Amino acid sequence: MERVVVTGMGAVTPLGNSAEEFWNGLKNGKNGIGPLTKFDGEAIDVHVAGEVKEFEAKKVMDRKLAKRMDPFSQYGVAAALEAMKDSQIDIEAIDPTRLGVMVGSGIGGLNAMQSQIIKMHEKGLDRVAPFFVPMAIGNMVAGNISIATGAKGPNLSIVTACASGNNSIGEAYRTIKHGYADMMLAGGSEASINEIGMSGFAALTALSNNKDPNAASTPFDKNRHGFVMGEGAGVLMLESLTSALKRKAKIYGEIVGYGATGDSFHMTAPSPDGSGAARAMKLAMEEADIQPEDVGYINAHGTSTPANDSSETAAIKAAMGEVAANKVAVSSTKSMTGHLLGGAGAIEAIAAVKALQEGILPPTINHVTADPDCDLDYIANEPREKNILYALNNSLGFGGHNAVTCFKKWEGQ
Amino acid sequence: MTTFEKIQEIIVDQLDKEESEVQRSTNFREELEADSLDLFQIINDIEDEFDIKIESEEGLSTVEDLVKYVETQTEA
Repeated sequence: MERVVVTGMGAVTPLGNSAEEFWNGLKNGKNGIGPLTKFDGEAIDVHVAGEVKEFEAKKVMDRKLAKRMDPFSQYGVAAALEAMKDSQIDIEAIDPTRLGVMVGSGIGGLNAMQSQIIKMHEKGLDRVAPFFVPMAIGNMVAGNISIATGAKGPNLSIVTACASGNNSIGEAYRTIKHGYADMMLAGGSEASINEIGMSGFAALTALSNNKDPNAASTPFDKNRHGFVMGEGAGVLMLESLTSALKRKAKIYGEIVGYGATGDSFHMTAPSPDGSGAARAMKLAMEEADIQPEDVGYINAHGTSTPANDSSETAAIKAAMGEVAANKVAVSSTKSMTGHLLGGAGAIEAIAAVKALQEGILPPTINHVTADPDCDLDYIANEPREKNILYALNNSLGFGGHNAVTCFKKWEGQ
Repeated sequence: MTTFEKIQEIIVDQLDKEESEVQRSTNFREELEADSLDLFQIINDIEDEFDIKIESEEGLSTVEDLVKYVETQTEA
C-alpha cells in the first residue's frame, strides 16, 4: 500500500483566485462574502453571496477551450492547472496514464442549463445550442481537466452534493493507495450563483436572508439562519510518497484516512444525532490509525444552517467522545467563503493542509452568540497559532452523503 | 452591418480568430480548424442572428457560402 501526499494545490474562491490568496484570506479572518451582484435576489430575499471576483478564464487556459466551458468547468480547470504547476509535474516527463483526475461538482453546468432552457422556451426546441450538453453535464469538469493537463489515467466525477469535493479527494487517495495511479488531481467545483440555483435553495429556506455580508454566514452561532451561496473550485495534486520522493517534490502534507457513509434518513435534513457523519469521522480516524485525542483541528462542514451545525456538533461528540470533543479546535471557513457546494470540501481540504503546515488554525468569523446546542471550541473570530499533527475535514451532503478526510502534518518520513 | 460582417463577427468570436483571418474566401473547416462542435455552434449563432433555419451544413465550407445562404433565406 502506497502512502499518499499532497504535492500541489490550486483554488478559485471568493477570497482570491489562487491557493495562496485563499489561504492568506482565511488565516487573517478575511470575509470573502459580499453583495450579490450577478442578479437581483430581492424577490427571494437573498442579498449576499460568496462570488468569485476578477476571474478571467482566458488568461489561465486556452481561450478556445475556455469558451466551450460553463463557469463550473472553468473554475475547476483553473484550479487544476494551478495545482499541476505548483506540483512541478511535467506531463512530458511522466507516464500520463499514471496521472488521473477525480473532480466532481454538486450540480454541474447550471448556467448553461438555465440559459438554454430559457432559449428553448423563447425560440423553440430546434434552437438549443450544440454546446449545451458538453457545457452542462457534471462530469465535464474532469473531462476538461484531462484535456487541459494531458492526464490520461482514471478520470471520474463524483456527485454527492456538498460532499462531492471531499469524496473525490478520499476516493483519489484510495486510487493511489491501492496502486491504480501515481498521481491524482482531486477536488471539486461549483458555479451555482444564478437565478435557478439560488431560487432553488431559497425555496428550501436553506439560504440566509441577511443583508449584511458580515452577519450572513454565521456557523455555530445561536442566530444562524441559513447558508450563503459561494462558488469556485479547489484541486489538490495527490501523489504516492514513492513518486514524490523520487522527484524530490515539495510536500505540503499527507492524507492518511478517509471515511464515507450514508445517513439513510432524509433527502435534505441530516440525522439529528449526527450518527452518519460520526461514523464517517470514526472510519477516517481508524484508517489513519489514530485516537480522537490526536486530532488537533477539524474543518467542519459548518454551513450556518440551524440543522447542520447542531447535528454536526453532535456528530463530533459521538465520534470523538465528550473529552476529546471538548479539546479539539473546530472551525467553519464557510463563515468567510460561503458554501461552495461541490467545491466546498476541496477548498476546505486546502485549509486543513495549510493549517497543519503553518501551525495556524483559521477562525469561524461572525461568531457572536453562543448556542447551547453548539458548545465546542469554534476558534471564534480570531485565527489561532497552534501546532497540530492531525486534522479532519468534514463534508456532509444532501442525500445523507458523509465524507471525512484525515490529513497529517508532513515532518519528513 | 452587412451580412458578411455579422457572420465574420460570429466566426471570430466562436473560433477566437482575428478579423483579418476570416475573409469571404476563407474555408472555416480547413483554414480555421473548426471542429464539428464549432460548426454546429456557428450555424446555431447564425440562425439566432438572422432568424432563419439552416437545414444542413452540407455545401457550406467557406464564409462566402454562409453569406450567400443567409442572403437567399432572408430575401425570400
